[in-house]
Amino acid sequence: MTGPIDMAWIDTALAAARPQAMGALLRYFRDLDTAEEAFQEASLRALTAWPRNGPPRDPAAWLIFVGRNAALDGVRRQARQQPLPAEDVITADDGEGDAEAALAERLDDAGYRDDILRLLFICCAPDLPATQQIAVALRIVSGLSVADIARAFLVGESAMEQRITRAKARIARSGVPFETPGAPERARRLGTVAAMLYLLFNEGYSAGGDTAERRAPLAHEAIRLARLLLRLFPAKPEIMGLLALMLLQQSRAAARFDGQGNAILLDDQDRRRWSAPMIAEGLALIDKAMRHGQPTPYLVQAAIAALHARAPSAAETDWSQIDLLYATLEHILPSPVVTLNRSVATAKLRGPAAALAMIEPLGDRLGGYFHFFGAKGAYLSQLGRTAEARVAFDRAIALAHTPAEAAHIRQHLDRLMDEAAPVQK
Amino acid sequence: MLYAILCYHREDVVGSWTKEEDDAVMAKLALVHEKLAREGRLGPVARLLPTTAATTLRKDSDPPLVIDGPFAETKEQLLGFYLVEGETLEQVLDTARELGRANPGGCYEIRPVGLYHPAPSAGA
Repeated sequence: MTGPIDMAWIDTALAAARPQAMGALLRYFRDLDTAEEAFQEASLRALTAWPRNGPPRDPAAWLIFVGRNAALDGVRRQARQQPLPAEDVITADDGEGDAEAALAERLDDAGYRDDILRLLFICCAPDLPATQQIAVALRIVSGLSVADIARAFLVGESAMEQRITRAKARIARSGVPFETPGAPERARRLGTVAAMLYLLFNEGYSAGGDTAERRAPLAHEAIRLARLLLRLFPAKPEIMGLLALMLLQQSRAAARFDGQGNAILLDDQDRRRWSAPMIAEGLALIDKAMRHGQPTPYLVQAAIAALHARAPSAAETDWSQIDLLYATLEHILPSPVVTLNRSVATAKLRGPAAALAMIEPLGDRLGGYFHFFGAKGAYLSQLGRTAEARVAFDRAIALAHTPAEAAHIRQHLDRLMDEAAPVQK
Repeated sequence: MLYAILCYHREDVVGSWTKEEDDAVMAKLALVHEKLAREGRLGPVARLLPTTAATTLRKDSDPPLVIDGPFAETKEQLLGFYLVEGETLEQVLDTARELGRANPGGCYEIRPVGLYHPAPSAGA
């Protein structure tokens, strides 16, 4: 670091170091509240110590050391014992052999990978609803303020405070797994955490209209955490696939909504507004993951997104390849939603009648699903079955989760009305 | 002489920048790049994708081993490089200092270039 140390630098350094520092403090204290208090105390001390003494070489190691001492110090002071050395002692960048470097060594030995994974994993307690898993992860892993999280979830601050407090109590009750995981347990944890990160991503990515701006940071945070996870476990193709999927979807963010917050369909998006660096990174990750020869669901979905990203225009999309990938996905992850998505490729390749035939058997299972009726309405209207299309679109509007979704279907309905009008004369 | 300036920084920190912060750094760097270009000293510049996109080929076994991830796990990662023309090391250090003012944090490793092949067809 050259030049003066400023508050923005400290903020970024604290955010970047937080998962590792919190993970280590949690392992040390085996209690989430104590770990959070210790990290909080260390962050406060960093605000005064770093500008005075210069930034530490390894902010995470500094925070762990100071946080642990601060918490122990409190305990020992009560027990009238000798306090541990103050943080000043370990701040000096005085070459080899300093306490900070020694701690960093020990951290590496202690497997900080599993610390961070554990920290993410405890947020995914199975009895916690998905939105609470995400909220508590944003609080304890990312360090977002309760106010920011409440804003992103469109609820009041005190309601979110309560929700997070209850979630943390549940986590404490269910017990934090402290043993270093073996390979199968590690894989299980990675899978659970990946699912949570993808949910977090979608909370941000699927938001449209007037909530998009408030929720966009969730998608960015999910990408940041997925990158972190892949740095820790660089040879995991499912994490490569997850990160690639997020990047390729997020690459379209700037083109997905018009000025009024209405959704723009993939076919109609201005592809020049897609983020080229995100696409490049996503494609590189898919290339790497493919070498492992394990078509995990995230990877196949990423490969589908990649075919869209690679097409210079909507008309040049390789729908037959997309159809094949959806067939693979149906095989490894059978689900009516996957079949519904595949029907889009079918409609492009074999027309709306084939697509409709494909999704009609799904009616029982997707009877409460907005996108089912949106797609059904679209195929029916392409077939000229206007009255039935209108019924499907009405149903879709009733099931819409966001104003943007409803507005999008209304466009379809308006188009139907316009096309239908001359016929009625 | 041609020098390589290898840019090392903590990837977790750079990755935590918001788009606005990243854009601000790139804008400040662009000013330094323009100056170097005017002086005719700026060679190719590359910003590398994150190390999560890296693959390493270890040639010390036969056949070589392909490993996911960067060459070495270090606190700071190689995130990009410059090729610049310089009369002396001191001149290149000045250039690096100037780049460092635009993008503080991390470090630059300065290495004289021994062999340089510009791409035969890519004229740009």
